[in-house]
Amino acid sequence: MDFNFTEEQGMVRDSLARMVREQYDFDTRRSVVESESGWRPEIWTQLAELGLFGMPFAEADGGFGGGAIDSLIVMEEFGKGLVVEPFVPTVVCAGGFLKHAGTDAQKADHLAAIIGGSRVFAFAYAEPRGRYDLANLETTAKRDGDAYLLNGHKAVVTGAPWASHLIVTARTSGERRDRDGVSVFILSKESDGVTTRDYPTVDGRRASEVYFENVAVPSDALIGDEGDGLPLIERVVDEAIAALCAEACGAMKVAHEMTVEYSRQRKQFGAPIGSFQVLQHRMVDMFMEYEQSLSMAYLATLRLDEGAAERKRAVSSAKVRIGQAAHHIGQEAIQIHGGMGMTDELAIGHYFKRLTVFDSEFGNVDHHMKRHIALSTVD
Amino acid sequence: MNLEFSPEEMAFRDEVRAFIQDNYPDRLRELGAREDLSPEDMVAWYKILGEKGWSVPAWPTEYGGTGWTPTQRYIWSEENARVSAIMPLPFGVSMVGPVIYTFGNDAQKDRHLPGIRKGDVWWCQGYSEPGAGSDLASLKTTAVRAKDSGGDHYVINGQKTWTTLAQHADWGFFLCRTDPDAARPQEGISFILIDMNTPGIEVRPIKLIDGGYEVNETWLTDVRVPVENLVGEENKGWTYAKFLLAHERSGIAGVARSKRGVEKLRDIAKAEMMDGEPLMRDFDFARKISQLEIDLAALEITELRTLAGEQAGRGPGPESSILKIKGTEIQQRLTELTLEAVGQYGTPYYRDLVDAGSNEYPIGPDHARHAAADYFNMRKTSIYGGSNEIQRNIITKLILGL
Repeated sequence: MDFNFTEEQGMVRDSLARMVREQYDFDTRRSVVESESGWRPEIWTQLAELGLFGMPFAEADGGFGGGAIDSLIVMEEFGKGLVVEPFVPTVVCAGGFLKHAGTDAQKADHLAAIIGGSRVFAFAYAEPRGRYDLANLETTAKRDGDAYLLNGHKAVVTGAPWASHLIVTARTSGERRDRDGVSVFILSKESDGVTTRDYPTVDGRRASEVYFENVAVPSDALIGDEGDGLPLIERVVDEAIAALCAEACGAMKVAHEMTVEYSRQRKQFGAPIGSFQVLQHRMVDMFMEYEQSLSMAYLATLRLDEGAAERKRAVSSAKVRIGQAAHHIGQEAIQIHGGMGMTDELAIGHYFKRLTVFDSEFGNVDHHMKRHIALSTVD
Repeated sequence: MNLEFSPEEMAFRDEVRAFIQDNYPDRLRELGAREDLSPEDMVAWYKILGEKGWSVPAWPTEYGGTGWTPTQRYIWSEENARVSAIMPLPFGVSMVGPVIYTFGNDAQKDRHLPGIRKGDVWWCQGYSEPGAGSDLASLKTTAVRAKDSGGDHYVINGQKTWTTLAQHADWGFFLCRTDPDAARPQEGISFILIDMNTPGIEVRPIKLIDGGYEVNETWLTDVRVPVENLVGEENKGWTYAKFLLAHERSGIAGVARSKRGVEKLRDIAKAEMMDGEPLMRDFDFARKISQLEIDLAALEITELRTLAGEQAGRGPGPESSILKIKGTEIQQRLTELTLEAVGQYGTPYYRDLVDAGSNEYPIGPDHARHAAADYFNMRKTSIYGGSNEIQRNIITKLILGL
C-alpha cells in the first residue's frame, strides 16, 4: 500500500503547477474564455512539450509507460486553474479507446498525433433523449458495403468546437437500450455529412450539438468489435470520471482556500468574519468534504484496472461522494463570500460554476448512486 | 501509488488471521458485542494478546510494541473486526500508556507499563468534571502538596464525571489543579496517577439512556497520593492531556468495525421483509446503505492516507480530528439504520428480559435485540474524546489558521 507519488510524478506536478500559475491566472483565463476561439492552442502545444499527453501511454505506443495516476496529477492541477483545454476528451477518452482496443494501424494513425499535441478529439456519446445511459442510443451506424453510414444527433459534446476528430458511439444492431449492438467509431470532424452547432457552456468551455447525416465511415474506423462496444465505453467513461474527479478536487481545494482567505479579509461588526465560529465550522466542513473527496479520487483511480464490478463500484462511489462535495463546497463558498460571491468579477463564482457542471458529467449523483445500489444487491 | 498489500503483508495477514481463528475465545464469539459484558469478558482477549505480545502494537518496541508498520496495524484491526473482537481497553493501551512512556520517569515506566501490556491492571480516566466538559481547562479538582510523617504527597479534592468503567478500575489518571494562581487556566494543571483503592475515593455509577452503567461520578475527598505519582512536571499536565487526546483520536475512526457493521446491516436488511420483499430491495433503504458505505470508503482511504503519512514520519496531527468527526458520524448512522431496519422490534426494552433457559417464546429476532440500545449508546461518540464541535475548533485553528 502506497500513497506517494514517484519523484518523476512530483516533478511533472511541479512544472505543470508553475505553468498554470504563471500562464493561466484568472484574468488571462477570462480573456481567453471570452475570446472567439475560447481556448489557447499555444498552451496545448506547451502542454504537449511538457510531455503530459504521453504519460498515460505504454512505451510501445510512443508514451512514457505511466497510467491513470498521471492523468490524476494533470487534472488536479487543471482543476486548480480552471484550465479549459480538452485533456479528458483527447488524452483520456480518445487515448483510452485507442489504448484498450485500437488496432496497430489506428494507434499509428492517431496516438502519435495525440501525444504530440497536433490532434484534438471530442467524445460524442450523449444524446438528447439518452440522459446518462450509455446504451440509450438513437444514433445508428448501418453497414453499407465496405463502410458504415452514420445518422444521428449527439448532445453537448464538450470541446467539439476545438476538435479535429471525434469518437462516436452508435447502434449497429438491437433495440434502443440494449447492451448489445453498440459500436465505437473514430473519424475526422471534417467528414462529409457532419455538421455542428457550437456554443459556450456555463463553466467557460465550449461544446457542440453534433449532427450526422449519412456520414460514410470506412470499416477500419470501427474501434473494437462491432456490436460489442459497451463494456469498452464503460471502461473509458470510468477512466474519464476518475480524471474529472481529480479535476473537481483541484477546483474544490482552491474554492475552499479562497473562501478562508476572504473570511480573513472581510470585516463586519468590527471583526474579520473568519473569527465567527458559525462560519469557521462551515469552512471546516468544506475542508473535510475536500479531504474525503481527494481520498475518493485516489480510490477511483487506483481501482481502474481491477475487474469491471470492482472498478464500477469504486468509480460510482467516487462520483457520488465528489458530486455531493462539489455542490456543498461550491454553494458554501458563494454564501460565505456574500454579495461579492454573486459577482462575475470574482474568481469564486467561476469555480462554483465548474463544480456545478462536474456533477452532470458522465452521470450525476443519483445516476451513480443507482449503479452502486445495483452492484450492491446482485445477490 | 497503489492499494495492494505486498507479499510480506499478505503473509502477515494470514498469520494474524490464523492466530485469531485459533485463539479468540469461543465464549466471546457467542456473546458477540453485547453491551452488558462482565469485567472478565471485557479483558479476556486483552490478556491472551498480552501473553502473545500483541496487546500494545503501536507502542515503541522497547516497551513491548510489536514494531508493526501502520499498514500492518491496519491489517490487524481489520482481522479483529472480522470476528467483532472485544479489543483491549483503551484507557491503558492508547491513553495513559503512551503518556507514561513519553513523559514518565523510569520508575513509573517499570511500575505501570507491564500491567497495561499484560491486561492485569484496569485504568480509568479522570478528566471531565460537572463544570468542565468541552472547557476542560476550567477543571476545579485540586491537588495540594503537603509533607508529613507519611512523606511528600498530594491531597486531592474534587469531583470527576464520565469516568468510564471506573467501577472496575485499579488505577486512574487524573487532571488536577496544582496552581490556582497560574496566568492561564491551562498552566496550573498536573497529570497524576491514582490508585483507585486509596481511601477517600467514591465511585457512583451513572445510568445512561441505553439502560447501562458504563460511566461514573468519581468523588475524591482528601485523597493522599504520593508525589512520585506525578507524571512529568508539575503544572505541565495540559500538554500531556492534549498529547493523549490526539492519540485517542487516531484510533477513534473505527473503520474496520464499521465495515463489519455495514455487512451485518446488509444481512439484517436481507432478512427483514417489507411489502413482501426483503428490505434490501427497497430503493430508499438501499440508498441509505449505499451512502453509508460510500462515506465509509472515503473515511477508510483518508485513514490510510494518514497512516501513510505516519509511516513517512509525519505523526498523527490535526487530521486525526477529521477521522474522529467522520468516524463517529458513520458509527452513529450505522446504528440508526440498524434500528430503522428492525422496525417495531426495536421497541421492546430487552435489557431486563431474562429468557435464557426459559420456556417462553423469544421476543423478536435476535438481530433486533441490541439495535435500540446501540443506537442510544452511540450518541456518546460525537460527545466524548473532545466533542465534534471541539474537533472543528481544532481544525479551524491548526489547519485553516483562523
